[in-house]
Amino acid sequence: MASVNDVVIKIATVNGTGSASANGLLRKAIFRMGVPVVGKNYFPSNIQGLPTWYEIRVTGKGYHCRSDRVDIMVAMNAQTYERDLAEVEPGGCLIYDSTWPRSRLFNRDDVTIIGIPLARMCNEHFEGVRSRILMKNIAYVGVIAALLDVDLDIIKNLLEETFAAKQHLIASNMEAIHFGYDYTRDNFPCPLPMHVEKMDETEGHIVIDGNTAAGLGCMYAGATVGAWYPITPSTSLMDAFRMFCARYRVDPETGKRTYCIIQAEDELAAIGMVLGASWNGARSFTPTSGPGISLMSEFIGFGYYAEIPAVLFNVQRTGPSTGMPTRTQQCDLLSCAYASHGDTKHVLLFPADPAECFYMSPQAFDLAERLQTPVMVLSDLDIGMNDWMVPELDWDDSYVPDRGKVYSAEDLEEMENFYRYLDVDGDGIPYRTLPGVHPKGAYFTRGSGHTKLGAYTEDSVEYQEVVDRLLVKWETARTMVPEAEIDYSRFNKAAILTLGSCDGACKEALDRLEKRNLNLNYCRVRAFPFTDAVSEFIDQHDAVYVVEQNRDAQLRSLLINDIEADQRKLVSILHYNGMPLNAGSVVDGILAEIAKGRAA
Amino acid sequence: MPALWSTAYLPKSPKGAQPDRNYDVTFIAKPKIAHPTLPKNDLGLTTRDYEGAVSTLCAGCGHDSVTAALIQAVFELNVEPHMLAKMSGIGCSSKTPAYFVSQAHGFNSVHGRMPSVTTGANAANRDMTYIGVSGDGDSLSIGAGQFVHAIRRNLNMCYLIENNGVYGLTKGQFSASADIGSKPKKGLPNQQEPIDPVSSALALGATYIARSFSGDKEQLVPLIKGAIMHSGFSLVDVISPCVTFNDHEGSTKSYAHTREFYHHVANIDYVTPSEEITASYKEGEAMPVHLRGGDTIVLRKIDRDYDPTSRADAFKFLRDRFNAGEIITGLLYVNEHRAEMHELMSNSDTPLSQLPYEGLHPGSSELLKIQGRYR
Repeated sequence: MASVNDVVIKIATVNGTGSASANGLLRKAIFRMGVPVVGKNYFPSNIQGLPTWYEIRVTGKGYHCRSDRVDIMVAMNAQTYERDLAEVEPGGCLIYDSTWPRSRLFNRDDVTIIGIPLARMCNEHFEGVRSRILMKNIAYVGVIAALLDVDLDIIKNLLEETFAAKQHLIASNMEAIHFGYDYTRDNFPCPLPMHVEKMDETEGHIVIDGNTAAGLGCMYAGATVGAWYPITPSTSLMDAFRMFCARYRVDPETGKRTYCIIQAEDELAAIGMVLGASWNGARSFTPTSGPGISLMSEFIGFGYYAEIPAVLFNVQRTGPSTGMPTRTQQCDLLSCAYASHGDTKHVLLFPADPAECFYMSPQAFDLAERLQTPVMVLSDLDIGMNDWMVPELDWDDSYVPDRGKVYSAEDLEEMENFYRYLDVDGDGIPYRTLPGVHPKGAYFTRGSGHTKLGAYTEDSVEYQEVVDRLLVKWETARTMVPEAEIDYSRFNKAAILTLGSCDGACKEALDRLEKRNLNLNYCRVRAFPFTDAVSEFIDQHDAVYVVEQNRDAQLRSLLINDIEADQRKLVSILHYNGMPLNAGSVVDGILAEIAKGRAA
Repeated sequence: MPALWSTAYLPKSPKGAQPDRNYDVTFIAKPKIAHPTLPKNDLGLTTRDYEGAVSTLCAGCGHDSVTAALIQAVFELNVEPHMLAKMSGIGCSSKTPAYFVSQAHGFNSVHGRMPSVTTGANAANRDMTYIGVSGDGDSLSIGAGQFVHAIRRNLNMCYLIENNGVYGLTKGQFSASADIGSKPKKGLPNQQEPIDPVSSALALGATYIARSFSGDKEQLVPLIKGAIMHSGFSLVDVISPCVTFNDHEGSTKSYAHTREFYHHVANIDYVTPSEEITASYKEGEAMPVHLRGGDTIVLRKIDRDYDPTSRADAFKFLRDRFNAGEIITGLLYVNEHRAEMHELMSNSDTPLSQLPYEGLHPGSSELLKIQGRYR
């Protein structure tokens, strides 16, 4: 199986043994060789002891999704030897620690078994249990470096960057790399026919996870109040915001901070804090996941009806209920779109990768303040916690936050009277005031029935006038949300329509289908409500394969609900087992539909 | 948009700035006729300027007396109406913010969640005065968690509980503060242990804890003033009888019961910085407490054994008197040494909502540097 820069390495370890830094080192070294990589972490809901895997897809073609095969398995966890071996592609190989020989277990003759006495070598050279375990991880990086021909100088540079402050660790880590590297080269033919060669495809790119990018985006958006309750897989978003703020938002002289992060007592409080802060003029946000949205729903409806900006990041995980907290899905589309009791609907943004997580952060704040309503960014665990190669992030220094329609003290001074919920401009968006600015700006914020002037009411006509005006605002939102990514390049009446993290798998699927002479057009929606271009796209096709990661075809339901899309055209391709989507699932799903007689 | 970041505006003519809400039967604005001899405060405003809409609570409701005390307190403290935020949850008590200071922003949030909204609002603008009005159902049942955590953060706010032991708006179910043996109009007497907001707050570390009675304006007004001026979380638990559902014989939250078992221990006089402390005090009877903002309150200790600066003593005293059937009122505990939320977090002196955007991000060149670690 000779191939260059097209190989998938899967590393099976035990949670809590410090393998993450070793895996990151390997992934980064290949990236530094100019070769595109995809990093996926499959980890348990556990701190120590359960099996965990890290998958590195080396993809010279620059695909963005996980692969549907494993070429090299690094089996470092005896608990999972059996299933790890079964997963290896015929012609692939399995590396294991032969300090404890297991030849009888590894009974496949179509897989090359590579035994390296990693523990023995590390025990002989390093003192202390902790250090021996960590170095064993580094040693397997050396093994793969030898087998795939990864540049050792690059590995050394990376270690030098990592341990700039702890020089002695550079030498010991390099020593461990060499145990693996030298032993492998001495005992096995290196490199393998499938290996890595330097390219020039990663220049101008970074590898980053979506939560870090979103946290960075929030800082650049000028967010000052973040309130949250820890929940996997969103926690690292606030960690990132905190890290960037600690660097750029602390006065070096006084130590005073221009940000306030509040760890709330629960999600009920987190969203309450966000609404309170936004009401009072701060850009405020909360990161959470599905169960958090359930708890926040009452307040989300309040924000919708009282018209208070708020930004929520829902890093979706597998449901229902507690579900699988460390697995990915796009299962909260409906619960977010219609969160809360009563007639409510909310603006949603669907980033496809960490770069969009970054760019959609200021966009979410702009939309929330322009529309005076909660806006939710629906990321997922795959985007949020995995390593994605994306073009370097760029910032437009001329950006000015859109704070929406806010009367200033000067405006109010000149006004006879201020009324909170009047549709002055006919776009369904009223003007608001901030507390502490002017006595004429005072109004009473309430979730109970209110008139267009802001007064309490139980009068049918006055009540309905306000909720009908909110529909006008909804149509205004439709014209303001990010446009879908649409590709009509293939002259065909069939197409794929998808969202978010399905993007990479769908684009790879389009390539694979093209090889079978199946040419499909492509639409990736970026927001809810759906823009007119999305309606038109569906109108232009006879069959639209709606690819999404949930059981109940939630995106399809939203299309039917929001733009009255012809449901006979919308054919669901669903993936919801908790693993990130891969191209193979999309191709198989579409081929199965075509076999049933669907348009291709 | 520089206007958005503009700082506090001083009122020129706060009168007549209100929308005409007369057409709405459930929101009746009071006519703006003021007696020319009404006393004015330092801002030139009269108590009429601190009033709100006409109350829609039952005639004789204790809450309306609390509203009157609130109006008196903010008037006397010269609080600029638009620098005041009136926060509430849901329930009879939570309607109160509509009934005072029309020219202040009000936020009637969802049930039991007033503390979180106030936390966020305060985080955004530390310069404003925050008064939260809650009830026993709102704070001790559905909102118990948020009540607890606002105390834990030492959020700088005045937190009033209008405590009547019942859910009024849903017609008289007992709340968590109902005493054992309280008899409902129908059904069996309450047998569950009551949650006392005062001892709870003491256990949780609240830094200003007072209790009073809606019918005792003389005691209540200075307690509210002290609570507003205290830097940190101040609780004022006000026994406020529900005339409709819990004022009958056998109710421990009735006017009759409260008057009979009412016991002052430590009242306060509020002294503004401009006044000299003339009140003479003897050791064991009165003591001055200097508030962090520069103001002073003088504790008038009616019970000689009571030390409101000792948390342990206060707790023991409260429990002993509770067991003796007394309702202890006054300023029960005060601690001026603990930092409030912003100080604990080293937050910027300028309100976060007023920081210019330019200073909140490091620009495109720095973004390139940040990304070095991701290459």
